[in-house]
Amino acid sequence: MMEDLWGVAVGVFQLWMFMVVFLIMLPAMCGLSLGVTGVYIQVLVKILEWATGRIQRGRQEQPSVPVPLPNGIIERAGGSMEEEMEQLRGGQSLAAGEFALSDAFYFCKRGLESIVDDQVTQRFSSEELASWNLLTRTNQNFRYISLRLTIIWVVGVVVRYGVLFPLRITLAIIGLSWLVIGTVLVGFLPESSLKHWLSELIHLTCYRICARGLSATIHYHNKENRPQKGGICVANHTSPIDVVILANDGCYAMVGQIHGGLMGVIQRSMVRSCPHVWFERSEMKDRHTVTSRLRAHVAAKTKLPILIFPEGTCINNTSVMMFKKGSFEIGGTIYPVSIKYDPRFGDAFWNSSKYNMVSYLLRMMTSWAIVVNVWYLPPMTLQEDEDATQFASRVKSAIALKGGLLDLEWDGGLKRQKVKDSYKEEQQKMYSSIIVGQNGHSPTKESDPSTEDTGATGRDS
Amino acid sequence: MGSSSSRINSIPDAQQLMQETGFSAAHIVRLHERFESLDTERRGELSQETVNFASFVRILAHFRPAERSRGSRGGAQQELANCTSRKLQFAFQLYDQDRDGKISREELLQVLRAMLGIQVTEEQLQSIVERAIQEADLDGDDAISFDEFKKSLAKVNVDHKMSTGFLR
Repeated sequence: MMEDLWGVAVGVFQLWMFMVVFLIMLPAMCGLSLGVTGVYIQVLVKILEWATGRIQRGRQEQPSVPVPLPNGIIERAGGSMEEEMEQLRGGQSLAAGEFALSDAFYFCKRGLESIVDDQVTQRFSSEELASWNLLTRTNQNFRYISLRLTIIWVVGVVVRYGVLFPLRITLAIIGLSWLVIGTVLVGFLPESSLKHWLSELIHLTCYRICARGLSATIHYHNKENRPQKGGICVANHTSPIDVVILANDGCYAMVGQIHGGLMGVIQRSMVRSCPHVWFERSEMKDRHTVTSRLRAHVAAKTKLPILIFPEGTCINNTSVMMFKKGSFEIGGTIYPVSIKYDPRFGDAFWNSSKYNMVSYLLRMMTSWAIVVNVWYLPPMTLQEDEDATQFASRVKSAIALKGGLLDLEWDGGLKRQKVKDSYKEEQQKMYSSIIVGQNGHSPTKESDPSTEDTGATGRDS
Repeated sequence: MGSSSSRINSIPDAQQLMQETGFSAAHIVRLHERFESLDTERRGELSQETVNFASFVRILAHFRPAERSRGSRGGAQQELANCTSRKLQFAFQLYDQDRDGKISREELLQVLRAMLGIQVTEEQLQSIVERAIQEADLDGDDAISFDEFKKSLAKVNVDHKMSTGFLR
């Protein structure tokens, strides 16, 4: 009896592996697709559209369900400090250069707006959807709207956790082991074009298998602008999966810190077959070391393009935050890439304060799918009249524009750090130039030239 | 995660706050989320001022756009936090920190210092304050009372300028 069960189990397992290998792995390695994922996505879209309609009808019928506010709680008025102050003073022009009691209203209102909802904090939590996408995690009491909706949701849970999840885990394990074994084997070969070709093949196939392991549908646009050897590829950062997404279409030299554990094993084996740039933790602190190593890599024009995420941290894919200028000081051509995930099928943002890497990957593997658009932008180089910071800003704006993301100047590091005092001083400077005039000369007759040095605070960048 | 309707029930005094302030249930839920994310140490209150969630909502209620007064509301309209006179009172208290009903020279100096920082000299600050008091102080007591405050803001559209665009 036990042997029968065992035999059955082995048989099922063999069938399972057969299916996985021949229907998913091999086509993936060759870059072909059987079209199953495409059909799956289309079916999903139909279901989600139906669900959206049903929810809207349900809301009208059941007014007790509170309507969520997906676009934030407040709408900010625009207007610079000067415009607002003028309006506050009843249209009197500001040339009078005097203080009015109503000036405080401006600061009060702006301050309260920021307390209620600021532009930075909301970037570090998942994007909210206008309607439910039938995932448990984004549920807001919608499942009680109708029986059919509940049933579909339950079926969804069963399919995602029972069918898709085991499949994806299998693929992920196969893919990663393939990467480790393959790169170690290739590492034994002497330097030759054969080695490079094999190494690229191994990397590509592994990433393709991993992409299947996430049911990722990736649309690449403008492939003619793909990053070339000896260049630097920069992209906006949403999650560790960005690497898999980009590496499906080309080989990159990764840059990063050496970790311990499983990641470390993968990193160490990868570097045997082609030159990635891994740093020890101590080296990361020293900007000079980092820059010179990257520069050396880029200067050898035959090496693979470096992949860098200049934001330095994961943002929730609704906006692009300040690019750190370090990557733009290396020299070489910059190939900007814009990545935009479709939030209906799964939330790709890694909220590192809430989830660790393993729970994040598990969440990814139990979403519907990952659907992502990748735009390759035309290469950019440092112009004569700009410095690294301006160049970084220019690239950032191009990426934000292409991906339909909001372009913010704020530093992603504000996720963990306190705001610097220099920001407050900037506001004070602006206000003082309204009240007191540009040169620190008060129009109320201050003849003292020693007021020149009032604006002496420097800004640390 | 979690359903909205059970979330509104888990917020203390939610119904009462909604009545008092006129915020909708969705607003209260949102504000509670925001309060919790600002309260990183989980003390149930913000900053050294010990602002708890109820006070947080009440203060923000001042900034709801003023509603058109409806005849049937009558006297009840005066009680709402976002009517014009309450907004003006709130603004007055920004300056009058010791709540003695008058904005003294020292209080005005403090506020200006906060807005200007080290960008202006002490003499400039003093002269600005001097002029402001001279202009607004009508009864010559060297301080600005609430009525004088109101008069000097006669041209300002308080409803508009002291309102945040809360989405419906």
